[in-house]
Amino acid sequence: MNILSKRRIPLAWLLLTRQPLRLFVALSGICFAGILMFMQLGFRDGLFDASVTIHKLFNADLVLMSPRSMSSISMSGFPKRRLIQTRAHKDVIGTTAVNWNFLLWRNPETLSTRAILAMGFEPSESLLIDSDFSLKAEYLKNKGRVLFDVLSRPEFGPIEQWFSNGRKVDTEVAGKKVRVSGLVSLGPSFGADGNIITSRETFLQLLPSTPPGSIEIGLVRINKNANPLKVANSLKNNLPDDVKIFTKDQFIEFEKNYWRTSTAIGFIFTFGAGIGFIVGCVIVYQILYSDVSDHLPEYATLMAMGYSIKNLLGVVAREGIFLAILGYLPAYFSGQGLYLLVRNSTKLPVAMNNERALLIFILILIMCMGSACVAMKRLIDADPADIF
Amino acid sequence: MKSKSYNNSINSPSVLIKDLSHWYGVQSIRRQVLYSVSLKIHPGEVVLLTGPSGCGKTTLLTLIGALRQVEEGYISVLGKELNSASRKTRQLLRKQIGMIFQGHNLLRCLSAEQNVQMGSDLLVGYSYRSRRDKAREWLRIVGLEDHMQKLPHDLSGGQKQRVAIARALAARPKLLLADEPTAALDSTTGREIVSLLKKLALEQSCSVLMVTHDPRILDVADRVLKMEDGKI
Repeated sequence: MNILSKRRIPLAWLLLTRQPLRLFVALSGICFAGILMFMQLGFRDGLFDASVTIHKLFNADLVLMSPRSMSSISMSGFPKRRLIQTRAHKDVIGTTAVNWNFLLWRNPETLSTRAILAMGFEPSESLLIDSDFSLKAEYLKNKGRVLFDVLSRPEFGPIEQWFSNGRKVDTEVAGKKVRVSGLVSLGPSFGADGNIITSRETFLQLLPSTPPGSIEIGLVRINKNANPLKVANSLKNNLPDDVKIFTKDQFIEFEKNYWRTSTAIGFIFTFGAGIGFIVGCVIVYQILYSDVSDHLPEYATLMAMGYSIKNLLGVVAREGIFLAILGYLPAYFSGQGLYLLVRNSTKLPVAMNNERALLIFILILIMCMGSACVAMKRLIDADPADIF
Repeated sequence: MKSKSYNNSINSPSVLIKDLSHWYGVQSIRRQVLYSVSLKIHPGEVVLLTGPSGCGKTTLLTLIGALRQVEEGYISVLGKELNSASRKTRQLLRKQIGMIFQGHNLLRCLSAEQNVQMGSDLLVGYSYRSRRDKAREWLRIVGLEDHMQKLPHDLSGGQKQRVAIARALAARPKLLLADEPTAALDSTTGREIVSLLKKLALEQSCSVLMVTHDPRILDVADRVLKMEDGKI
């Protein structure tokens, strides 16, 4: 009953919907701004996520890296001994030594070469979380065998197609002959257009300059009950400074942080999203301001009838909220569609997530309410004495 | 119908004005528009205010309607003294004053029914449905039952003014101020509108102050005040 007695004519809604052209322009503007923000922030997050696709797949609780390694595209080696030393810790249950470098891959169809990320590990140890992987890893026990990432860019050749058709795929890596003996699904990243996995033995053969006692990444698996942070700290105390220890999350964050802070990518895309926000603000402000101006005599009439300025400010505020909601929905769905398009054409993991969806809704709401607040200033000018 | 009650000691006057003066502008361009105006309107009385244009009629109306700050003199409307009234007091008082403007001043985006409901929405303690029913009832009374869903630009001038009257009365005012309600209408429609206004106001025991210089409608008044050069 209380709610019913509070209900009023939905003036804000009617003001908007009885002027379909103006509403359409306003919604197009907000929607455009929303799509722009979705795309820019989506690309940004997608690129950051893409830089850690493999990092996430590693079967590890702790990760050892050289202190000179800055990112996945500039890895330095550290003594493999350090990884072996970690096994002395009571909570460590397994380790994997990984070599990591960029090598030239020859496209078997066009014969052109291109840098591909090669990882070398002991096939008897665990590398990826994927359960199928240990079966495929068996093939790597033969020399000169590699597993090819099917999500690599098409420039590396029709490897997946050839392999699935039962054809023998022989090609060269770093000028030495290799055979593809299996397919994996990892995903390209910022730095690497494609990936291959091989055994350490083959890796050292492909890149003989690598000292046999040196690795780029050391994966450490610990007891389920152990706290990774605590184990990492106690390992840090026992190991010399020529190695850095990360938990897996820190390892992922370290890589993302490189792209975020040491490159212009984060700035460029955040800036793009900022432009979208400003464009949206200008459009909504223009629409609301001219809407209030056009209806000024009517607002003055309502004030003369006894409506308070608060009632009228509420009308403008509600117009802002309606615009935000009505403009956000099409932006959200267009964003979904465009993400799908981007995923299919670039293979980057660009996807809608709730945080970004919420963030952009809040930005659009701020955009509309901020504009409404400025437009309200015009409302203060409405003098009911002028309408006589 | 409630009968008119002049000089009833129980009912204080709806409007009481003593020595009201008003100026427009500041300093060198300051010009006096009202000179010691005094008047009294009793509940249920219909008073017409005539005079040449620019004589201060509208200024007086806006002062009574609590739309302007009083400068000098005493003015009380519906028992509320307006001399030092705050913005809030004046806004609350305006809820009890119905206003009909020279132009109809309807909200363009609302249908006739919704416009009238903007009036009845000012009433507190009624459900949405009952306020809507009241709005429909008022439109029926002013003879627009067939035009309830029309927007103002689909209505004729006389119909719009009827909607404006319905809107003013829907808020159950105790005082109705009308500024040249017939100005935009032809003589027959004008006469009809004014008669309707008077009839309805009396049914609500609502006093009416109407500014007009239309001589054809002077006979509906209980009292005619002539104003000239800011004096009555």
